[in-house]
Amino acid sequence: MAEVHLTQSNWEEEVLNSDIPVLVDFWAPWCGPCRMVAPVVSEIAEEYKGKLKVGKLNTDEEPEIAVRYGIMSIPTLMIFKNGEVVDQIIGAVPKEYLVEKLQQVL
Amino acid sequence: MYDVIIIGGGPAGLTAGLYAARGGLKTLICEEKVFGGQIVMSYEVDNYPGFPKGISGMDLMDNFIKQAEKFGVEMNYDGVKSIEDEGKTKIVTLSNGTKLTTKTVIIAAGASPNKLNCPGEKKFTGKGVSYCATCDGAFFKGKKVAVVGGGDSAIEEALYLANLASKVYIIHRRDQLRAVKILQDRAFSNKKIEFIFNHVVKEIQGDKFVNGILIENVQTKELTRLEVDGVFIYVGITPNTKFVEDLIKLDENGYIIVNDKMETNIPGIYAAGDIRVTPLRQVLTAAADGAIAASCAQIYIETQINT
Repeated sequence: MAEVHLTQSNWEEEVLNSDIPVLVDFWAPWCGPCRMVAPVVSEIAEEYKGKLKVGKLNTDEEPEIAVRYGIMSIPTLMIFKNGEVVDQIIGAVPKEYLVEKLQQVL
Repeated sequence: MYDVIIIGGGPAGLTAGLYAARGGLKTLICEEKVFGGQIVMSYEVDNYPGFPKGISGMDLMDNFIKQAEKFGVEMNYDGVKSIEDEGKTKIVTLSNGTKLTTKTVIIAAGASPNKLNCPGEKKFTGKGVSYCATCDGAFFKGKKVAVVGGGDSAIEEALYLANLASKVYIIHRRDQLRAVKILQDRAFSNKKIEFIFNHVVKEIQGDKFVNGILIENVQTKELTRLEVDGVFIYVGITPNTKFVEDLIKLDENGYIIVNDKMETNIPGIYAAGDIRVTPLRQVLTAAADGAIAASCAQIYIETQINT
């Protein structure tokens, strides 16, 4: 699996201090659309390996991070560049839309 | 060239895929967003036969997907922009521009949840406005929420939310619910649920997140502000037929007209599931439609070979 399992303890290192942009997938196990969107996120992780880091944040296990970024709906995908949120996508979206958003940042 | 291209990966599309592939046809399912379709948002499906203990929409669809994969169905995450009818073959153009050739097409693109189209709805989507209680309900634990709608979905999701929220208002524009009696009874007897009939939502308000809604009495036009942290919208669905409206015959509500073989007005093109004109929209009926469409597509392909 190319995606990084994100936690409060590795958030700073993996997301905020990353050299390359990071796509964070905020999800939870009981959220149907999150689970179904996971394969698309995995595909993106493979296709953009080296250019984009992809991480997954389980909002059940890491609620402080979810609150910190104002997450009130999942799935939410956030794109980080140099430690800042540069874009966010709320809800399940077509792969193409996600790719378009990523192209703007990469 | 494919034998069957299926547009949509919900229960109709997945079942059509399963039947087609199992029948030896070269089959592809194109799903733009979420395999499993609308039902993956349902916490519990208790009326799908074969599951007396009930099953979550997600788990049920996981099984549909595994089963289709077992028979060798190809699946991709591509939307479909258009279909062209070339007689013996059809051209399916994906959103990324790729053109695929196929002998038959099964349109199983389902329907999308309707919006209220009121001020604040778009602004606060994901910030208090939601169309999926199972996805977002947990973020409203101990808070007050409003559910807008009066059908099965609205009541089911309100009951789900009542386990988490401190209070659930159900706001419906009429004075009677459309939901089935058993759901209505459960909602009426739930102490956390309060019904507000004859009202519509005029505005969703807040600063960074939702903090209230403005509702209007449809008869007196009186406005009331309700303090809520979340608004869950379940006001019906619209069929995803825009991409075929110039090619396929639709009824006045935009649903695809089919006969009992799931045939549309174009030979070789079929429709299945929520997207077609039908008296009942359930996972069960969608799956049945998919099976019929795939079987009829197979017979059509075989007769084409013999002519």
